[in-house]
Amino acid sequence: MTSMEKVKYLIVGNSAGGIAATESIREVDRSGSIAIISDEPYPAYSRPLISEYLAKRRDLEGMLFRPADFYERNNVHALLGCRVKQLNVDEHTVELTDGRRINWAKLLLAIGGVPIVPPIEGFDLNGIFTFTTLDDAKAIDQFLGHLVKRPTRAVVVGGGLIGMSVAEALLRRGIEITIVEMKERILNTILDEEASALVEEALRRNGAEVITGHTVAVVTGASSGEVTGVTLDDGRSECCELVIVAIGVRPRVEQVLGTGIEVNRGIVVDRYMSASASDIYACGDVAEAYDFVYGENRLTPIWPNAFMGGRVAGLNMAGVPTEYEGGTAMNSLKYFGLAIVSAGMATAPDDSYEVLNSKSNHAYRKVVLKDDRVLGMVFAGDIEKSGIIFNLMKDGVKVDGFKQALIADDFGLASLPQEVWRPKLEMPPSALASAIDLFGQPEQIVVAE
Amino acid sequence: MRRVYVKEEVCIGCLLCEVYCRGQHSQSHDLLKAFKKEFPPPSSRVSVETRGQVSFSIRCQHCSQAPCVYACLTGALSRDPVSGVVNMNEDRCIGCWTCLLVCPLGAIRRDIVQAKAVKCDLCQGEDVPVCVANCPNEALVYAEVPDMVLSQALG
Ligand SMILES: Cc1cc2nc3c(=O)[nH]c(=O)nc-3n(C[C@H](O)[C@H](O)[C@H](O)COP(=O)(O)OP(=O)(O)OC[C@H]3O[C@@H](n4cnc5c(N)ncnc54)[C@H](O)[C@@H]3O)c2cc1C
Repeated sequence: MTSMEKVKYLIVGNSAGGIAATESIREVDRSGSIAIISDEPYPAYSRPLISEYLAKRRDLEGMLFRPADFYERNNVHALLGCRVKQLNVDEHTVELTDGRRINWAKLLLAIGGVPIVPPIEGFDLNGIFTFTTLDDAKAIDQFLGHLVKRPTRAVVVGGGLIGMSVAEALLRRGIEITIVEMKERILNTILDEEASALVEEALRRNGAEVITGHTVAVVTGASSGEVTGVTLDDGRSECCELVIVAIGVRPRVEQVLGTGIEVNRGIVVDRYMSASASDIYACGDVAEAYDFVYGENRLTPIWPNAFMGGRVAGLNMAGVPTEYEGGTAMNSLKYFGLAIVSAGMATAPDDSYEVLNSKSNHAYRKVVLKDDRVLGMVFAGDIEKSGIIFNLMKDGVKVDGFKQALIADDFGLASLPQEVWRPKLEMPPSALASAIDLFGQPEQIVVAE
Repeated sequence: MRRVYVKEEVCIGCLLCEVYCRGQHSQSHDLLKAFKKEFPPPSSRVSVETRGQVSFSIRCQHCSQAPCVYACLTGALSRDPVSGVVNMNEDRCIGCWTCLLVCPLGAIRRDIVQAKAVKCDLCQGEDVPVCVANCPNEALVYAEVPDMVLSQALG
């Protein structure tokens, strides 16, 4: 017989969503018991930083996004290196692979995604990796260092965010790389043509080869089982010792299938991050949550949305009703020193949208509008003021009077109508009696009408 | 908590706030050296915007529910639960610029040489931030505003 542990809050997934929920629960409930489980045996590390790890620019300590004493300080029972095997919705319990059972009052599934690996001939050879966890980065690092004949060439399958991330790290390690992207351009889901071309150019400048419009058909290997190269769908072949499969991630929904919890592409959650079963919440890469650009639930597998979703889930779990404002696809890239941000619709889906753009030596700016509201943006180079536009988009502000200003070189808060910027900068009335003058003395401030 | 607010009507866009901010965030704390000699060159965390007659200087407002803190990929940004100051730990910053993308004021700046985001820290250690102290027209005010999040009583 195994014993049954009991917690008030059980959080599965020790990453962006799980940590955010832990923090927000503790903001409002200091003493309710919290347990956090992850099958990764590390304190919470920043997943995007696995490329810095592979590039040998950061070690595990440098990847931790919360201090080492986080669990202790927040009085959280951390079960790291433990895997949930079975979820029992009606019983409010989970079973771990080590046989332990835990009873929970509120459950958060912040279980993230799994890398997509297509069925390609030769994918069982030695030298094929995915790139979504610290262990993946460690495995690649070991592979790079421990062969008698050091690997010098890699093929990265997939030209998305993860592909870029691993490509940059490998280039820094002195590995020659070829990126193979099936669609016509890299980063096609998050950037427009213009910005994709900028990244492609930067990759080439840094020595990478980029092949678009093709796929890897076969991975070829030696009789010893080692990868020797790939053959593309047009018959072309490339030599390499390692292949990184970076096609993307999909929500890790296996465990909730068959439990009655509603799953579409991800776990479907309402605006309170609540799944279809009571007392169960979900957030992050596994969840399909509200997207404010599309006005419907979508997958937006990015860090800030996982974190915000987790924060909102935690507050609701702790009994403070809080609505998720929604997130949208939003990316900030800095590969090879090139700064690019995009959010919402990077390309207009059809002619009913208005697209404004501008180009100068040091900047590319684009906004996608519909009915005078911003639904998408891409900025490259000078990105410092992009947050202002992102927030206009998020707040659904009508931009009819000043839309051309959004893509001007000197765009800033002052480009907006007074009624938009003034409340953000001026002293609120609540400060009246307490303004401090230069000498630290309370001074009565009179604000002109 | 105390924050810096703008009195736009009396701002003349002279940029002294930027100048002093840069000096304050230099290694030497000496304006001449900061502007002419130091490497990496120190950067200002405030920026002045001017449109015709309108001008004002912008800096981090240390939001109580700071979107940059929630969006930060590395934990470099955090909000001090006691002082309310939104801090940037530059050692942890990787310059991914996610914080810039979510800041409603466009107040976070890029130190391009060091590839790090930099922002107003309210001049920790000074009684009054140097931009306020050196504003010739008193267009900047350092005022105490009740912070709902900080005053929230727990437990
Ligand atoms: C290489 C790379 C680069 C990236 N770069 C960026 C970027 O620049 N910007 C950005 O916004 N996003 C980026 N992302 C995406 C970002 O990392 C994710 O959106 C974010 O980590 C999602 O957080 P999450 O909380 O949903 O879950 P995850 O980070 O996916 O973590 C889920 C955790 O749950 C654990 N788990 C799952 N099932 C179980 C179980 N049954 N039992 C126990 N534990 C379980 C998993 O092992 C994992 O540790 C990047 C991702 C990768 C891989």
